[in-house]
Amino acid sequence: MRVSVKVNGRLYENEVEGRTLLVHYLRGVLGLTGTNIGCDTSSCGACTVLMDGESVKSCTVLAVQADGAEITTIEGMAQPDGSLHPIQKAFWDNHGLQCGYCTPGMVMATASLLKENPHPSEEEVRMGLEGNLCRCTGYHNIVKSVLAAAATMDGQTEAVRS
Amino acid sequence: MTVTEQSTNTVLGQRLVRKEDPALLSGEAQFVHDIQLPGALYMAIVRSPYAHARIRSIDLSRALASPGVVAAFTGSDLQGEWAQPMPCAWPVTKDMRNPAHYPLAVDQVCYVGDAVAVVLATSNALAQDAREAVEVDYEELEAVVDLEDAASDRVVIHPELSTNISYVWELSPDKEAVDRAFSSAAHIVSERYVQQRLIASAMEPRGVLAVPHPFGGEYTLYSATQIPHILRVMLGVTLGIPESKLRVVAPAVGGGFGSKLNVYAEELLAMALARRIRRPIRWHEERSEGALSTVQGRGMIQNIELAADADGKVTAVRVSLLADMGAYLQLVTPGVPLLGGFLYHGVYDVPAYSFKCTGVFTTKTPTDAYRGAGRPEATYAIERAMDALARKVGVDPVEIRRRNYIPSDKFPYSSAAGLVFDSGNYSNALDKALSLVGYDELRAEQARRRSSSSTKHLGIGISSYVEMCGLAPSRVLASLDYSAGGWESATVRVLPTGKVQVVTGTSPHGQGHETSWSMIVAEKLGVSFDDVEVLHSDTAVSPNGMDTYGSRSLSVGGTAVWLASERVLDKARAIAAHQLEVAEEDLEFKDGSFAVRGTPDRSMPLAAVAFEAFTAHNLPDGMEPTLEASVTWDPPNFTFPFGTHIAVVEVDEETGKVQLLRYIAVDDCGNQINPLIVEGQLEGGIAQGAAQALWEEAVYDDRGNLLTTTFADYLVPSAAELPSMEMASTVTPSPTNPLGVKGVGEAGTIGSTPAVMNAVVDALSHIGVSNLDMPASPQRVWQAIAAARSGSGSEGRM
Amino acid sequence: MIPAAFEYKRAGSVDEALSLLREYGDDAKVLAGGHSLLPLMKLRLATPSVLVDVGRIGELSYISLDGNEVAIGALSRHRDLQTSELLISRVPILAHVAGLIGDPQVRHRGTIGGSLSHGDPASDLPAVILALGGTLVVRSAARGERRIEAGNFWRGFLETALEPDELLCEIRVPIPEGAFSYQKFNRRAQDWAIVGVAAQANHSVAVSLVNMAATPVRARAVEEALSQGASPADAASLAAVDLDPPSDINGSSEYRRHLATVLVRRSLEEILGG
Repeated sequence: MRVSVKVNGRLYENEVEGRTLLVHYLRGVLGLTGTNIGCDTSSCGACTVLMDGESVKSCTVLAVQADGAEITTIEGMAQPDGSLHPIQKAFWDNHGLQCGYCTPGMVMATASLLKENPHPSEEEVRMGLEGNLCRCTGYHNIVKSVLAAAATMDGQTEAVRS
Repeated sequence: MTVTEQSTNTVLGQRLVRKEDPALLSGEAQFVHDIQLPGALYMAIVRSPYAHARIRSIDLSRALASPGVVAAFTGSDLQGEWAQPMPCAWPVTKDMRNPAHYPLAVDQVCYVGDAVAVVLATSNALAQDAREAVEVDYEELEAVVDLEDAASDRVVIHPELSTNISYVWELSPDKEAVDRAFSSAAHIVSERYVQQRLIASAMEPRGVLAVPHPFGGEYTLYSATQIPHILRVMLGVTLGIPESKLRVVAPAVGGGFGSKLNVYAEELLAMALARRIRRPIRWHEERSEGALSTVQGRGMIQNIELAADADGKVTAVRVSLLADMGAYLQLVTPGVPLLGGFLYHGVYDVPAYSFKCTGVFTTKTPTDAYRGAGRPEATYAIERAMDALARKVGVDPVEIRRRNYIPSDKFPYSSAAGLVFDSGNYSNALDKALSLVGYDELRAEQARRRSSSSTKHLGIGISSYVEMCGLAPSRVLASLDYSAGGWESATVRVLPTGKVQVVTGTSPHGQGHETSWSMIVAEKLGVSFDDVEVLHSDTAVSPNGMDTYGSRSLSVGGTAVWLASERVLDKARAIAAHQLEVAEEDLEFKDGSFAVRGTPDRSMPLAAVAFEAFTAHNLPDGMEPTLEASVTWDPPNFTFPFGTHIAVVEVDEETGKVQLLRYIAVDDCGNQINPLIVEGQLEGGIAQGAAQALWEEAVYDDRGNLLTTTFADYLVPSAAELPSMEMASTVTPSPTNPLGVKGVGEAGTIGSTPAVMNAVVDALSHIGVSNLDMPASPQRVWQAIAAARSGSGSEGRM
Repeated sequence: MIPAAFEYKRAGSVDEALSLLREYGDDAKVLAGGHSLLPLMKLRLATPSVLVDVGRIGELSYISLDGNEVAIGALSRHRDLQTSELLISRVPILAHVAGLIGDPQVRHRGTIGGSLSHGDPASDLPAVILALGGTLVVRSAARGERRIEAGNFWRGFLETALEPDELLCEIRVPIPEGAFSYQKFNRRAQDWAIVGVAAQANHSVAVSLVNMAATPVRARAVEEALSQGASPADAASLAAVDLDPPSDINGSSEYRRHLATVLVRRSLEEILGG
């Protein structure tokens, strides 16, 4: 089946099998390997990307379901000159990552969270990231990073390119 | 000069952000699955659905006919590939029983997940399809799940061993002293604790990519491993390939926590098949597969007894463990419980000590190292037992600890177990933690709730820990029959332009070595942090290494980097003196430049020296060109970080649910190179340790089926379950290395499990609950409360 | 993990979906948001040969007022429910509970129709629709539309009254008058409820239970006791009467029965006052 998907602002058209998961399409067909796979059951959130501006777990979306959609992956967050998105910068400044495997998913979940709630409380950040697991940080610095990003962005959530 | 003497650190101690991060934050970092290689075949593994069974037959014909399949093999097909069985590098006793263990089982499977056949196909989806088509005929045998049942030999798992006991290991320097202490004790505490099995759950599942080179018989293995160097040795030995033909690369690795400190069947299979088929072979572990095929942690029954005098001063500790090896011995399986074997007296000055561990086989996934490896178990047992003693003596948990701490003037402290603790000041950390948490106010609040009719009970749990890490020197490891050394190597190379390359034998997977090693070099050589590049985790680049585990990397590997920098500086000084025509003693090194004392305009920056060393036009007689030095450092002792953690919980009596309200940690890992990284290591460790106390357990049913194979069932906590942590530190430098540092990677995990469990028990102590197994799930807590209320004992076991 | 191969059919309209279901019937599964189905397919616990994707049928995504009822298109996503002004003001229990399902990513994709049709007794929404006394509007190409009372919709574990050729199109709930309470008891925020309680005061109090049986169930004994003037605590003690809830690694049947009484009491205290 033919799908046409706009990823990080660029339109792609490919033939895929019905069973191809969006994450496998992004990684295997488009070569966008920044999105990681951490589980089988939509539990860990490592594969989170934005689909039409909202966070989704790309391991639980078929590529054919994304036909016609706009997807933003971690590769689409930094500016073309390499300067980091305020969320990425906040994670860097606050040591919000260690091994970095959950990080792309955390960053994308944060982008969606801050779009829906630009000024979250600590409690709201914690609940807003309930679908993203991290094994390294104990979340302490991730929560700090998200709060710092919210303060920097100050409601300007459309900084995400798509 | 050591750092401890130095008062003018410019780089060390700063909270620098990590140089590793931009690549990880942008998706550019390459994990093993991200490496694209045309023509690779995907490997899928057929695993046993039975915990214990004989393999009657395996039919590959349908799988071989499946689309995209290139080959499929059974265990007997591949038996010729192995020069020897899979390695266990820690024969803890001369008579340890170790069943032959091959990457694919041949006649018998011994746990659910034991690999029996392998399929190679042109895509991952096709490999998974073909896996379903492999038909295996099993004759089911009885599972052996329970540890005590295993020890009884009712069913012997490996008939060739004729018993399920792998070994009995004892550390009893003075048994009679222990017996005397118990016979004259005023108080005896006798506790039984269960360390449930845990699944490490690094966020990156394992993965391998084995690449045969077209000519010359060489291979490269990319693996999500903590130990590329050790792996290379073991691959060579197991596959019969000369080590010189093997290159192992650990690319970006997404966490390990001990679970990637191993030599795995899949690594050997991929290599053997790459050799046989002459094509690259890749394997991506699935999460639910990894729950079965990646080693698990903990898994033991602990019996601990304390003898104490009337004041609660502990006079002896006696420990006996039954440790679950699982079905086979993996790389260091038998040694893990013994790493705790020296520490069951904790931070306390205990004159008599006896420890015994019996390792038993069960029909479950093998166990091996998991964050802390033996030391969290030891700390859990002694810290819970100390609370039990406090209740018995009738004093506060704080008081019982104060009465027993090793006094700070007794360091270096020779323990009854035979260790020498380098340095410590335990009451200092306790005082700080108590003041941070507001201990007296919390006790008052607890009393207030108890006197009201509140069903939300407050609990305060204390844990003081010490751990031994930086496993070294090699000579001591030899006395423990450990088959590897405790050293680490480093090369520091000043390039002709003045940029610096560091080659380290450590293999970071989240710990930030690139940052910390750069800081160490920048401090010593006065170069910019950004001008230092750290090369690691590739045996072609860094041939000598002992890799990363056991909180060893900074105190051993970081020290090697410091010493190599020092050697570079010595050589640079000789060159500068030669060029400036002064004696070396007349030179002063400051801000990255050698200047003649008294005449600061006569100077030579390090970069200029490096260029001179490169051209070699004018070096002192007999000096070799280039500015580079290598050091292999074998420390004189372990390091002994310590601290006190306090957990505050609320227990809902009606539902049994425990809420972790606050967490205070005061840790002492000696000098801190980068406090940002130190705190990060601790916070992550605390979350993992708290998770053992409250959420995580690898649950097996009676037939040996693992019921928690997914993250929907195996409860790794999220941000929503945890509080922010209140972190503080004390600094007691280690005298055993020039940086004055101790390890920190495991400390959080070691301190937190007992702190949280002590808090849960403390919350319910007025009801009469004194014992509770982990995890303190709502149901288990509810049952313990119900049992205590009905007066039928406080056992919360299900 | 990768699902077994299947034939993918995309429906652009309800009629198209119904004709696909008529054609493929038993062999087909309906794909909406996919958050119940795809995880099962990845683990190969479900291996349908045909997948009928209804996810793009825009005509089934709406939340509107219709007399004394709110009508919800089956493809409304949990996030739509959570943020619907209409639901927040008129059926607040539904908006509230939709915000407790899974995690944000799940709520962005999962649909009310998918959740109700999947029929997992551990799901939150079925119990809420049951407590609200909702009606499910289903259609088939062969027999047209039929309306099923929520109380008759769930037949067993993952088993509903839907015929293989039928599609759940709309959920209708009467607008309640009184306060509500939803008690979700789990160990982690993202998990399914070990036990959940939906209580909705209207002319009387309706109480339904999550994960206490093979289907969501009304706690009839509690409701009856309340209507006869029992205190919340006394009524709640009847929460698990005649129920034989499942035992699993999170809780034994006995523990679930206990939890049900505690949570029902708390929910009643919340809406009626202690």
